[in-house]
Amino acid sequence: MVARRRLRKLVDQVALAASVALLLAPCLFVFFWMLSLSVKYDIDNTAWPPVFWPEEVTFENFAKVFEESPMFLYFWNSVQVTGSATLVSLLLGVPAGYGIAKAKANKMAGMLLLSRMTPGLSYLIPLFTMFQILGLIGTVWPIALTHLVITLPIVVWIMIGFFETLPHELEEAARIDGATLWQAFLYVALPLARPGIVVSAILSFITSWNNFIFGAVFAGRTTRTMPVAVYNMLTFESFAWGPLAAAAIVVMLPVILLTIVIQKEIVQGLASGGVK
Amino acid sequence: MAGADVAISTAGAQAARERRLRPYLLFIWPALIVCSAVIIFPWLFTVWMSLHDFHIGSPMTFIGLENYKQLAGNRRFLESIGHTFYFTVLSVALPMVLGTLAALVFHKKFRGRGFYRTLFIMPMMATPVAVSLIWTMMFHPQLGVLNYLLSLVGLPPSQWVYAPGTVIPSLALVEVWLWTPFCMIIVLGGLASLPSEPYEAALIDGANQWQMFWNITFPLVAPFLVVALIIRTIDALKAFETIWVICNGGPGTSSETLNVYLYNQAFAYNQVGTASAVVVVFFAIIVALSLVLLWARQKAAWN
Repeated sequence: MVARRRLRKLVDQVALAASVALLLAPCLFVFFWMLSLSVKYDIDNTAWPPVFWPEEVTFENFAKVFEESPMFLYFWNSVQVTGSATLVSLLLGVPAGYGIAKAKANKMAGMLLLSRMTPGLSYLIPLFTMFQILGLIGTVWPIALTHLVITLPIVVWIMIGFFETLPHELEEAARIDGATLWQAFLYVALPLARPGIVVSAILSFITSWNNFIFGAVFAGRTTRTMPVAVYNMLTFESFAWGPLAAAAIVVMLPVILLTIVIQKEIVQGLASGGVK
Repeated sequence: MAGADVAISTAGAQAARERRLRPYLLFIWPALIVCSAVIIFPWLFTVWMSLHDFHIGSPMTFIGLENYKQLAGNRRFLESIGHTFYFTVLSVALPMVLGTLAALVFHKKFRGRGFYRTLFIMPMMATPVAVSLIWTMMFHPQLGVLNYLLSLVGLPPSQWVYAPGTVIPSLALVEVWLWTPFCMIIVLGGLASLPSEPYEAALIDGANQWQMFWNITFPLVAPFLVVALIIRTIDALKAFETIWVICNGGPGTSSETLNVYLYNQAFAYNQVGTASAVVVVFFAIIVALSLVLLWARQKAAWN
């Protein structure tokens, strides 16, 4: 009986391990292949059968990425765009999330879903026309402004969920002691909501960093964001697989690092946003 | 009399409640103004442009619904709707099923769960353009690693994104890879919120694993599944980067979805009027589908 139970447990464990492995294999393989392509010479990259473990590892591809294109400029563009879009989203979105949670203004939360439904491209034509009239094409600001369209709803969405779970007794106590609504928000609710703010900031950062379409339309030669720069490398060097893979790694490195640092909070933040 | 009293007092309570809540609206206004500026203004502008014959670089003339009439008879446009639905069905159904399975696995407690879960959500955080680049290289029919993997298990090579017949499923494969973690996280949130009592009761009654899943877990998690379904559907309809980077809507126009068609009309052919009409139709499709799904959600919550 004991032996049978032990066997049963072993079978369960093996099945679990197998399913975890099965789930992770495709995910890991693509990342592994990207890494592998990026550190191989082109002769290995175009070999058949494909070379999985190169005999010789090279960092030439990475050097090439930085030599052949002004990667630091593009990196700085991305930082400016993503940074300002995230900052403005927090400034506007955190109070809005608070207001919606307190006033139970669920219709306004519905508006956010509407903004998610709108195809990103539909903003582009009118905004492109408008920016052209304003003479802003060729600077990073149109890109930053359009990124608000995606980052602001993310911040508001997550903050609503967060403020709803906060106990309101503390704010009420502060109000009775004579604090204004604004003070109660600033000194009582805001400090309590710090974890929520961190999650929404990081998710907003990641989404904005990864965004391609707005940059693709609005960016000129010197205002490309990282994803646009990498896409352009594809068009010009279709067969240089090594540098392409290296460029892909360079673009996604910041978001991958962020994900690793705060993976637990990301899972919680996204899950709470999904309850709505 | 009593009824009228109740009506008056509820109206009074409502007014009091509104008075108490109104100051909070001040917190919402700034975001609302910005949202309207970047969302509502483009909307109105789009509708207005869709009623005009508008090429960039030539004067605009009002033509009423002519753009829409032309679209209704435009084969390329109608085909792009078909491509969009084909692509959407694949890239919603598969991530939902795989994501739910993954959530069931990651809901179990085991050593290193947090670590493996982080690895699993990596794809949805990775930059889609970069991911698409890697897949493009993997799809290569002569030198790509995918055909090599197929040959290892004895399957014939595929043309992947280089043939009209296989391009949409191949693109959906990338989408599945990218967004299965998203469905997993939403369902995982649902599983975490489940009460443990029904399971204890079911265990006492001698239910097996499958019965517990089908009769307890599934109905309780259903609202979360619908949320994942709605968001995934919206995002799949709108998918652009993967298709654009990997094959540009090709070969030919065989993977041209609405979004890609729209982009081509607007930025390759400068047909802003036509493109605007496509946007309006596209948005109508998204809203209609979302409403159907929201209605389904209400139904699910009711039962």
